[in-house]
Amino acid sequence: MFAYIVRRLALMFVTLVGISIIIFVLLRVVPGNIVDILFDAAGFVDPADKANLEKELGLSDPIVVQYFRWIGGLLHGDLGYSYVSEKPALQEILPRIPITARLAGLALLFSASIGIPLGVLSAVHQGTKLDYALRIVSLSGLSLPSFWLGLLILMASVSLFGTMPIFNPNPKTWTEAISIYCVPAMAVGFRSAALTMRITRSSMLEILRQDFIRTARAKGASEASVNYRHALKNAILPVITVIGIEAAFLIGGLIVTETVFNIPGLARFLVEALRWRDYPIVQNLVMLIAVVVVFANFTVDMLYAAIDPRIRYGD
Amino acid sequence: MRSVRTLVAAALLLLPAYHAASAEPKQGGILKVYHRDSPASASIHEEATYSVNIPFMPVFNNLVMYKQDVPQNSMESIVPDLAESWAWSDDKRKLTFKLRQGVKWHDGKPFTSADVKCTFDMLMGKSQQKFRKNPRKSWYDEVADVTTSGDFEASFNLKRPQPALLALLASGYTPVYPCHVSPGDMRTKPVGTGPFKFVEFKANESIKITRNPDYWKKGLPHLDGIEFTIITNRSTAILGFISGQFDMTFPTEVSIPLLKDVKKQSPNAVCVVEPVNVSTNIIVNSSSAPFDNLDIRRAMALALDRQAFVSILYEGQADIGGTMLPAPGGLWAMPKEMLETIPGYGPDINANREQARKLMQKAGYGPDKRLAVKVATRNIPIYRDPAIILIDQLKSIYIDGELDVVETANWFSKVARKDYALGLNLTGNAVDDPDQSFYENYSCGSERNYTNYCNKEIEQLFSQQSQETDVAKRKKIVWEIDKKLQEDVARPIIYHSRMGSCWQPYVKGITIMVNSSYNGYRYEDVWMNK
Repeated sequence: MFAYIVRRLALMFVTLVGISIIIFVLLRVVPGNIVDILFDAAGFVDPADKANLEKELGLSDPIVVQYFRWIGGLLHGDLGYSYVSEKPALQEILPRIPITARLAGLALLFSASIGIPLGVLSAVHQGTKLDYALRIVSLSGLSLPSFWLGLLILMASVSLFGTMPIFNPNPKTWTEAISIYCVPAMAVGFRSAALTMRITRSSMLEILRQDFIRTARAKGASEASVNYRHALKNAILPVITVIGIEAAFLIGGLIVTETVFNIPGLARFLVEALRWRDYPIVQNLVMLIAVVVVFANFTVDMLYAAIDPRIRYGD
Repeated sequence: MRSVRTLVAAALLLLPAYHAASAEPKQGGILKVYHRDSPASASIHEEATYSVNIPFMPVFNNLVMYKQDVPQNSMESIVPDLAESWAWSDDKRKLTFKLRQGVKWHDGKPFTSADVKCTFDMLMGKSQQKFRKNPRKSWYDEVADVTTSGDFEASFNLKRPQPALLALLASGYTPVYPCHVSPGDMRTKPVGTGPFKFVEFKANESIKITRNPDYWKKGLPHLDGIEFTIITNRSTAILGFISGQFDMTFPTEVSIPLLKDVKKQSPNAVCVVEPVNVSTNIIVNSSSAPFDNLDIRRAMALALDRQAFVSILYEGQADIGGTMLPAPGGLWAMPKEMLETIPGYGPDINANREQARKLMQKAGYGPDKRLAVKVATRNIPIYRDPAIILIDQLKSIYIDGELDVVETANWFSKVARKDYALGLNLTGNAVDDPDQSFYENYSCGSERNYTNYCNKEIEQLFSQQSQETDVAKRKKIVWEIDKKLQEDVARPIIYHSRMGSCWQPYVKGITIMVNSSYNGYRYEDVWMNK
């Protein structure tokens, strides 16, 4: 197990170095840079001013020099300055992390707490009206784009309650404080919940047909015990995998949700930074996301070992 | 008797409304407005979008400004601001401002004539400190230098008479900056003398400004502050206004279809639709084939059905004209009869297109040999939508257009490289004055003259109109120039758009300008009857 962990950590390091190179190069391959965009906002391009600005921002240096400057800064905890706001990148990124983390955490919680029980329910009542109803819900969750769902929620809020849960850094009431996070989390988590539900259902159906379940029933175990103690425990592995992958993909859904609900989180910030070709923000943010994803995968692998004793890594 | 009672009852009912309308302005309240996007910086001088003017104009003062409660900007509506008065020399080559005394910057330092000189030296590129970008440098091409006499007098010495300089100085784009604050700091923490002080600018989040208690205009501003919440999603922003979370929409940003939604769902909202002095036009690369052929350029201009653009995109609420903003909003537009004499502006579209087809055939094209071109435009709906209509209209004269959407980051580089045949472009004019429009967009060598149109004969007329002090005579020259520009297909104007602005009924003192969307955001007179 220890050897496996060390091997995984070494692989994670190599992966992150590879990702850093890919991010860095890809960003610079995309046509246009911050200077082009700054001049676009000014409605003209002055070649001399443009060259001066590129020099000032270090964009005229060879790409290798720029890369090692970035990595050197990272190692010293210096993420550079945002080209747009002219503030330290860390100062721009840090306050946004808790906002997105809260939203992503709530979305995952919503996805697991709704998806798993409903998936079990659907499997246990296979072929009944309840099963069909739940399958329709899960299909709609997979089909509805989150931006559309988000807008629909906002429109419904305005017409029903005369207000809407868009972000407010200083909520006046506790209901507002809850709704500004929970409603967007539900909008973005609905798709994940639907996916979790479907995976849970199919995994449960497979497990429920196995011999050891029949044995448990023959021994007189209650339905609840059969379903949750015996079946779910064995059916949960693929569900955890899916939740792990969804955690990584959540950032895509959050971009749209943060835009619709006007949440100043990392996902929307990343898109804006990309639009401005704000390299220090984009490369550090993508790197941060890469680290989170790599660690999420690592955690999922560790969870496998913890949940399923049949899995013995490094043996 | 009954009718008298009814009248008294009606009068009593109307009394509160009358009081609200005629009430003295109330102090206090934070005006909440949504902002359409996150501006590149807070420095008005370095940017060319009203995304910057709207939130930051209240932080500053100009030497002179357009009177904020007069909707039409004109020479007559220019009033003193940091200058108490101004005077032209007899030869009209020197414009002297007597400056207000006792004015302080928001950081407590005194405002003097040195600040005026600093600001304009930087704008003219004559100072050691430089702007990162200086988009309106050409506005001051005729200014030889700015001199001071003591702490409270500054003079603009001109190379030749230019009466319109005063109009340029009154624009929201021309605030006076402090000498002691660097251009870099002005981009992130602007310091002004205006009615509101800068509090914070969180990119993609919000812009906050607060009341300047030491403002030199006693009793102003009425508001305690203004908060701009940046909401890039238009639907969310409008829903926010409808639900009452915002007191005002972003000015001149509500499209005509959205305006209908607002009025339907929020019938008490006050909404106006005004011209924004932004024209949608075609840029033609006349330096290479096929548009180096004047016949093809003329055919293209003849093929335009401008009214169709206006009907489809603006439900009829946009204006057709030449380079200068059409009347009644615009001051310099040529009369309708004159406009209709320009090829392509006549009411008979079929006849125009028949003529266009003949020109295309003369150039070697026809039903069996169609001309394939790419129509480049930015990947933004206000650019893309008219480009699609343009492509459709060009089909009628044997031109098969293909939409080439260009990301914003690459648009101006592409245009500067002349890497296009046809492009659909938007041109905003900060001031409704020919000097601004002609020199910026059509003058030989101007940075914003994207097509590099250069006509020495017209250049002389530019100079002639610019020096003319008699308005009636100047108008005639301006009309002649505008007509010639359209005939030369320099940058064919399709239409001038109008946009909506809405605010809640308790917001008072808002005036939306009718011939510029850059000059009316000082907000010192705005108050809320809450």
